Amino acid sequence: MNAPTIEYAELAPLITIFGAAVVGVLIEAFVPRKLRHPIQVGLALLALVAALVQVILLAGTGIVAAVGAVAVDGPALFLQGTILVLAIISVAFFAERKLEAGGDAFAPAASSLPGSEEERVLVRERMLQTEVYPLVLFAVGGMMLFPAANDLLMLFIALEVMSLPLYLLCGMARRRRLLSQEAALKYFLLGAFSSAIFLFGMAFVYGYAGTLRFGEISEALTANIGQDGILLAGVGLMAVGLLFKVGAVPFHSWTPDVYQGAPTPVTGFMAACTKLAAFGALVRLFYVAFGGLRTDWQPMLWAVAIATMLVGAVVALTQTDIKRMLAYSSIAHAGFVLTAMVAADSSATGAILFYLATYGIATLGAFAVVTLVRDSGGEATHLAKWAGLGRRSPVLAATFALFLLAFAGIPLTSGFVGKLTVFTAAVDGGAAPLVVVGVIASAVAAFFYVRVIVLMFFSDPAPEGPTVAVPSLWTAVGITLGAAATLLLGIVPGPLLDLAQQASMFVR
Amino acid sequence: MTFPWLTTLIALPALGAVLTALVPTGRGTLAKQVATGFALLTLVVGALISIQYLFDVDMGVEPETYEWIPEFGASWALDLHGISLALVALTVLATPIVALSMWHEAEDEKRDPKAFFALLLVVEALTLTAFLSQDVLLFYVVFEAMLIPLYFMIGMYGGPQRRYAAVKFLLYNLVGGLAMLAAVIGLYVQSVEAGDPSFFLPDLVALDIDTTTQWWLFVGFMLAFAIKAPLWPFHTWLPDAAAEATPSNAAFLSGVADKVGTYGMIALVLPLFPDASRDAAPVIVVLAVVSIIYGALLAIGQTDMKRLIGYTSISHFGFIVLGIFALTGQAATGATFYMVNHGLSTIALFVVVGFLIRRRGSRQVDDFGGVQKPAPKLAGVFLFAGLSGLALPPLSTFLSEFLVISGTFLRYRPAAIVATLGIVLSALYILWLYQRTMTGPVRPAVEGMPDLRTREVAVVAPLLALLLVVGFFPKPLTDAIDEAVEPTLVEVGVDQPEPLAPVAEHAEEGTGR
Repeated sequence: MNAPTIEYAELAPLITIFGAAVVGVLIEAFVPRKLRHPIQVGLALLALVAALVQVILLAGTGIVAAVGAVAVDGPALFLQGTILVLAIISVAFFAERKLEAGGDAFAPAASSLPGSEEERVLVRERMLQTEVYPLVLFAVGGMMLFPAANDLLMLFIALEVMSLPLYLLCGMARRRRLLSQEAALKYFLLGAFSSAIFLFGMAFVYGYAGTLRFGEISEALTANIGQDGILLAGVGLMAVGLLFKVGAVPFHSWTPDVYQGAPTPVTGFMAACTKLAAFGALVRLFYVAFGGLRTDWQPMLWAVAIATMLVGAVVALTQTDIKRMLAYSSIAHAGFVLTAMVAADSSATGAILFYLATYGIATLGAFAVVTLVRDSGGEATHLAKWAGLGRRSPVLAATFALFLLAFAGIPLTSGFVGKLTVFTAAVDGGAAPLVVVGVIASAVAAFFYVRVIVLMFFSDPAPEGPTVAVPSLWTAVGITLGAAATLLLGIVPGPLLDLAQQASMFVR
Repeated sequence: MTFPWLTTLIALPALGAVLTALVPTGRGTLAKQVATGFALLTLVVGALISIQYLFDVDMGVEPETYEWIPEFGASWALDLHGISLALVALTVLATPIVALSMWHEAEDEKRDPKAFFALLLVVEALTLTAFLSQDVLLFYVVFEAMLIPLYFMIGMYGGPQRRYAAVKFLLYNLVGGLAMLAAVIGLYVQSVEAGDPSFFLPDLVALDIDTTTQWWLFVGFMLAFAIKAPLWPFHTWLPDAAAEATPSNAAFLSGVADKVGTYGMIALVLPLFPDASRDAAPVIVVLAVVSIIYGALLAIGQTDMKRLIGYTSISHFGFIVLGIFALTGQAATGATFYMVNHGLSTIALFVVVGFLIRRRGSRQVDDFGGVQKPAPKLAGVFLFAGLSGLALPPLSTFLSEFLVISGTFLRYRPAAIVATLGIVLSALYILWLYQRTMTGPVRPAVEGMPDLRTREVAVVAPLLALLLVVGFFPKPLTDAIDEAVEPTLVEVGVDQPEPLAPVAEHAEEGTGR
């Protein structure tokens, strides 16, 4: 028996990130407390940039590495690169220390009881939480592995590596800690539940196909005829696990609570990157492994897509908290992506990749703006407090309005081109009725985005309204980059569209 | 390579908007001057371009095509034909006039005028792009993007109910726009299936689309344009927007920006979906006639002067749509010509009413009375603008209304007859408005009302002069329009009805080239 060969060169980005995460844990253990913050931030940024360079160097590769467990192909590399870019900006937001006097967005020690004497002492001594950086690196590693996983086991491992650090990160908010911890617990319980269902589904699929590899499952679909029950049960259960992660209806109920409770930089990171990774995995699993079952799973995804778009858009109308509103908007966006996925057309993958990239950028930017609008209780996330923001700080309000217009899919923003690509793919693949629903949902969604703009620009400021904090250079640059990309990709989307189309071929 | 005239025409106001926005806060007058300067510069370029088409002098204006999103086959494709020429001319003329007329409006609302003027230029650039675009995606992008600056102009600078009006305006138009998005995608997929993915208008016109698909796409496009135009029963946003926006903004909105809707009908819907247009024409004609009568009747009942003019616009847009869907050459030429004249006349009306409102601080008809004694010149221009609204010969509006009605009469006789009632009603609402505000005993609040100032004369004089000049010498413009309308109607493939009397034939020869 030959020892398996590992393609280290092709797996280098993953190895870099996981290696840096492990080093980060060691730093926590051995480096003096004072030095930890700069070292951890530096290490995280260095690792992310290095991995990004490696991903770029790998562009154009199309192989199956690690004995068939990991695919290194266009979609995987495109998503990994996008996740890394978003993660770099996220880490800059995580390291923001000018907003809270001397602290960052995280509780000084996750283990201290909310409201306890211990917590007060830690806050007074300006202790900084640095465990978040290795956690983020682990999460990023999992997210990079998730859309690249080419067998069921690797898929499950990536899912867990991605999710566990996120559960922890959600519970670490410096302000409103109980809400944050509640969010973390909810996320963990529901996430664990969905993981279990996912695992159950995997077992069924393995039972049917007798293999874990996506490519071999696909072959088995044509070979084994007559045991469809077990296979369909497996596909359905696995879909539940993945649809949970992308926040599709009816598996979305965690999204608003978690988005609201988590520290806002984490919410932004999670909203942008998790969605990318989970859609990447969903698309690979359904196109590569279950592509032959298309006619069986399409009706299910039709229903899910319609429900997701409508519920996301309609429920968002009733929200009064900006983070919850953005959470429901993210649900609606998951629905828009699903319309293209249902089409299962050759152009669909490219459309999904483009959409996810532009959506991730705008989401990250929007949540970063939310961190800047503050009053005495921390971030002022209640919508009423945003009244008249456009008069007080027109530039910030205009930036946020730009992100909202992108979410609404108004032309000359990246959101419009994204919507155009996914809807085109859907119509092309014969899902025109879904596009009609999508258009209706967009119209409903436009209302609540517009409502925020009305509040910001046309209302008079409340007398005790929030102030806009002056962020550090890093955050300012991050938001500016996001806004510039959102506008630029709306006007000249050609290069990124081209890249996404070229990267849309899966290896088997 | 020849000079890119058309791109320059669009780039100038866009550049002007950026420069206006960059003027430091607090230097309001400088911002206004920069904006007006760029609007005038655009007018000059627009005039140079028009010369080529109106008087057959070669200025080197050529269609322009640059790659934009090659993945979709979308391009920055611009061209000028008779229909777009008329509307481009209207836009470049109207913008400096509107800029001049809104000089003090921002300060009246205690707002920085900088953004207001910058937004006006943004809308001008987008409107021009819509009229020049030969690419359906490009048209769609500017059609939708235009809503955002207009939304901010209404919402930030308007009257007490401006927020409501702005949101209503935006949501109505977004719904239409999204329906059109679905149809644009559907149209594009047709070209994909035909093997040549493209958004280029001539390519799409050449497609052979089956009738059922045409119907769906037609509905998507028409919904957007009917809301924008606005056609009854999709009109309800316009009276609110007209009443709450500042008078100049309302003038630009209904005088220029809304023409994109009717332009879309004649330049996109007819050639793209000929079968569906032909089949649906009777329905649209009925809606248009309802618009004419409904708008006029409601205008009579209004007590708010701006809202009243808003309803007259609905009536006039009815005439335009009627002319387009009568599908005769005469009516289509009349409708296009009407777009220009309605623009001039509505802008004049809104602007003069704006002068009145600013002086009296009220937009209610009842708050005025006997204005012609303290301010005879103001009353005079008001009457002139009003008469252009009721299409009195020899003003240019008369000719366009006549062409529409006589062109419609050839195909839809009852519709033409009912539409004629609209003219009678228009005399009623205009003259009654004049009577109630300008004549009679002088109200105490109106006493000592100052007459027209120099800036105000500069705003109104060109409009009134144009209404007269175009009324007397319509030939260059109608010829250019005629030339562009003919191929459109050939595309629809309807037989042109025989003129009713040989006299008409002589007349056609007379105006022919």
